[in-house]
Amino acid sequence: MQLVIFYIFAAVLLFSATMVITAKNPVHAVLFLVLTFFNAAAIWLFAEAEFLGVALVLVYVGAVMVLFLFVVMMLDINVARMREGFARYLPLGAAVALVMILEMVLVVSAPDAPVPAAGEPLPDNNTRAIGSVLYTVYLYPFELAAGLLLVAIIAAILLTHRRRPGTRHQDPGKQVRVRKADRLRLVNLPREPKVAPAAAAEAQQQTETK
Amino acid sequence: MIELQDYLVLGALLFALGVAGIFINRKNAIVLLMSLELILLSVNINFIGFSHFLQDLAGQVFVFFILTVAAAEAAIGLAILVVLFRNRGTINVGDLDSMKG
Repeated sequence: MQLVIFYIFAAVLLFSATMVITAKNPVHAVLFLVLTFFNAAAIWLFAEAEFLGVALVLVYVGAVMVLFLFVVMMLDINVARMREGFARYLPLGAAVALVMILEMVLVVSAPDAPVPAAGEPLPDNNTRAIGSVLYTVYLYPFELAAGLLLVAIIAAILLTHRRRPGTRHQDPGKQVRVRKADRLRLVNLPREPKVAPAAAAEAQQQTETK
Repeated sequence: MIELQDYLVLGALLFALGVAGIFINRKNAIVLLMSLELILLSVNINFIGFSHFLQDLAGQVFVFFILTVAAAEAAIGLAILVVLFRNRGTINVGDLDSMKG
């Protein structure tokens, strides 16, 4: 039963992957790629890699594929020109793919392929197991990966950032350098003249008679 | 029962599809990036299959790092495409000949 479900997921995965590379419309290609990733996540769940299966859906489908979709929709792609040479290169691509499939299947299904013996059974809690090695044994590569992501963020923003002349924006350097004298001006105002004492007395009398 | 060969053959088929995608879509840079994603996914399927059948967590950790690098690659690749489209008005790989390579 498990094998049948595995084959169904694998078949849908291969079908959607084929549609990714043959779809006319790039938006459809991206959506089929999303389907491919969903099926791959299901297949990873069969291999008891639950954390990575969920991470694939969250990170890939949730972030990277949405980024792809944004870019595909933002660019105005001439679909017809992009399809030029599709039929011409199709035989070559199919031939290369067939040869590679043949080679790899021959290697993989060799009857006496040396497969190392399985080690200790992994703990049931996959996420905890990955976390416990990720922050101890693989701490250094983990931090390198974090640094890589930071570099990627900065590079992507720097590449696509557009400096338009005439836009109003803040200059933090100028804001920090500003002095008190640039903003504040002390003015010496003359004092108001004193109210005459007679007028003050008259006003008091009027309030008393009321 | 699912065998290790099932995972490996699935990875091989997906890898071949990705390579074929690079061959037949040699004009459209976005589909080229998507074919690269397919190839990386097939590698990840191989890693996960071996990790399951050898009961070794190192394969899953490696997949984690591959996902990280692939995400960074996709982000920068798409940023380059956006800049390219802004400057040249096309993402046709055949039109990118200003360096006469």
